[in-house]
Amino acid sequence: MTAALVVGLLVASGVFLLLRRGLLRVVLGFVLLGHAVNVLLVSAGGMQRRGVPLLGEAEADVAADPLPQAFVLTAVVITFGITVYMLALARAGDPGATTGEPAPGEDADRGGEAADLDQRTEGGPS
Amino acid sequence: MTGGLLVLPVAGPLLVAGLLALVHHRWPHTTRLDRVVGPAAAGGVLVFAGFLLAATSGGAVPVLQLGGWQPGIAIVFAADTFSAVMLAVTSLLVLVSLPFAAALGEDEDPAFVPLVLVLLAGVSGAVLTADLFNLFVFIEVMLVPSYLLFAAGGGAERLAAARLYVSISLMASTVLLAGVGLVYGVAGTVNLGELAGAAESSPAVGFAAAVVLLALGVKSAVVPLHGWLPQTYSRTGPAVAALFSGLLTKVGVYAVIRLYSVVYGGAPRYLWVIMAVALLTMVVGVLGAVGEHAMRPVLIFHMVSQIGYVFVGLALSTATGLSATVFFLVQYVLVKTALLMCAGVVEHRYGTGDLDRLGGLARREPLLAGVFAVAALTLAGIPPLSGFVAKLGLASAAAAAGHHLAVALIVGVSLLTLLSMVKLWNGVFWEPPDEQPGADGDAEPGEASAAADGGASPVASALGSRVRPLVLAPPLFLAASAVVLGLWAEPLLSLSTVAGADLADPAAYVAAVTGR
Repeated sequence: MTAALVVGLLVASGVFLLLRRGLLRVVLGFVLLGHAVNVLLVSAGGMQRRGVPLLGEAEADVAADPLPQAFVLTAVVITFGITVYMLALARAGDPGATTGEPAPGEDADRGGEAADLDQRTEGGPS
Repeated sequence: MTGGLLVLPVAGPLLVAGLLALVHHRWPHTTRLDRVVGPAAAGGVLVFAGFLLAATSGGAVPVLQLGGWQPGIAIVFAADTFSAVMLAVTSLLVLVSLPFAAALGEDEDPAFVPLVLVLLAGVSGAVLTADLFNLFVFIEVMLVPSYLLFAAGGGAERLAAARLYVSISLMASTVLLAGVGLVYGVAGTVNLGELAGAAESSPAVGFAAAVVLLALGVKSAVVPLHGWLPQTYSRTGPAVAALFSGLLTKVGVYAVIRLYSVVYGGAPRYLWVIMAVALLTMVVGVLGAVGEHAMRPVLIFHMVSQIGYVFVGLALSTATGLSATVFFLVQYVLVKTALLMCAGVVEHRYGTGDLDRLGGLARREPLLAGVFAVAALTLAGIPPLSGFVAKLGLASAAAAAGHHLAVALIVGVSLLTLLSMVKLWNGVFWEPPDEQPGADGDAEPGEASAAADGGASPVASALGSRVRPLVLAPPLFLAASAVVLGLWAEPLLSLSTVAGADLADPAAYVAAVTGR
C-alpha cells in the first residue's frame, strides 16, 4: 500500500514537471518518474520478505527477491547516464556558451527555467 | 551452430568500439582506420547472421543460457529465423551506411564509428535476447549512442530536435521499464519462454504486457504515437537519419511482433486493436506526407505509413500473414534507407530538400534519379520490384483471412504512396525549377550554402560539380537489392515462410528458451 502511494505520488509529480516549460523541469520530471519505476520494480518482487538474499544470511522463506533489486540497479545506472546527457543538452543549446551572443528565436525554444540555470552558472564562481 | 556463439554479435561490435575508442585516445586522427574497421565489424556480424540463417532455417533454435544458471534464471539468448533475418538486415544496413556517412563526411567525428558499433551491438542484443528485462537493457544500449549521434555536429535546430528525441525516447523507456516491472509483479518472471501464452490466459499479465507494447509502440512510431518521428528524423544528419530509419524503429517493430507472438500466443481476442492501429497508421502516415514540401519529411511520413503495413500481417496472426510481414519488413527497410540516402545526397550537394527550390535534377544527375525512381516505385509497390511481392503477399493473406477493408486500404494507400512519390519525382528531378527570383528570400540562412553562392536563383541551377558516383554506391546497392528481391524473391520468400510459421507457432522457440 505504501509503495503504491509512493509510486502514485512520484508519477504525479513527475508528469506535472514533464508538462512544464523548460528542459530543466522536464529532466527533474524524468528523475522523479525514474524513481517511481524503481519503487515499482522493487515492490514487484514482493514487499513482505526483506531478508538479505544471500546464502547463509537468511532463510529462503524470508529472503527478498534479488532479481528486481538487480533490475533497479541496472535501471538506476541507465537513468543516471541519460539524465546527465539531458542536462548537457540543455546547456549545449545555450548559444552564449560558445559565442556569447543569443541566437534569434532560440529563447522561444527553451524554457525560462533553463535560462535561469544558465545565468546562475555563469554568475557563479567558475 | 552452438548457442554459445550467440554472444558474438553483441560482444564483437562492443569490443571493436572500445578498442577504436582507445586508439582514438592515443592517436586522434585515424578516420581512415575507422573506415576500414567499422564496416569490417558490421560485415562480421553479417557473416555471422548468414550462418545463423543457415542454421535456423532448418528449424533449429540455438540458445545460450549465459552465466551457467538454470534455464529460467539465466540471461538467455535465443535465435529463430525471424531473429536471424533481422540480424542480417540490420548488420547489412550498418555495413552500407558507414561508407555512405564517410562519403558525406559525417564520420569526421572520431566518436562516430565507435558509437555506430555500440548501436549495432544494442540492436543485435535486442533481436537475440529472450528476456524482457534484457530487451529493455539492449534497447537502452542502442538508444544511448543514438542520442549522441543525433545531436553530433550541433546547430540550434538539430539540438532542439535532439531534446525532443531524447525526451520522447526516455519517456518510452520509462514506460517500458514500468511495464517490465508490472509483468514481473504479476507473472513472477521476465523470461519469454516462461511467459509463453501467459498474457492470453491471464488478463493481469495481458494488461502488464500491454504497457510494454505501448512503450514499444512509441519506439516503432505507430499512430497515434508517431508524432515525434517526422519532427526529429528530418532534422538530424542525412546519413544518421538513413541509419536510424533502418535500425531504431525496426527494433520496436521486431519486439512488438515477438512479444505478441510469444507472450500473447497470437491471441485472437486483441487482434482487432492491432488491426485498427495498423490501418490507422497506414492512412494517417500517407496523408501526413501530402502536407509536406521537402524530400525528407515526405519520406519519413511514408515510414510511418509503411510501419502500418508491417503490422497488418501481425494483426492477421496467421502463418501466411506473419511471413508476409517478415518479407515486407526486410524489403521495406532496404528501400526506405535507399530513399533517405537519395534525399541525403540531394540535401548534401544542393543544400536543401525543399521541392519548391529543387528541380530538373534528372538531366544533371541521371544516376541519382534512376536510383531514386527504382526505390520510389518499390515503395509504392510497382511490379516487378520487391515492394509488389511484399504487398501482394500481405493483401492475399488479408483476403484469405476475410479482412476486406485491409485489402482495400493496402491497395488504396499504395496509390497515395505512388502519388506522393510522383510529387517528389516531379519536384526534384523532372520539372524545371520555379523561376521566381526572391521567392526563396525567406529561406533560412546557413541552411542552403549552395543557394547563397547562386544568389536568388533556385538551387538546382547553381552550377558546380555533380554528385560523386562513390556517394551513390550505397543507395545504388540498396535499390539494386530491391530489383533482385522482386525478380528473384524465392530465397527470401522461403525464409520468411519459415519465420512466419515459427512466429505463428512459437513452440520450438519456447521449448528452446525454457530448456524443456
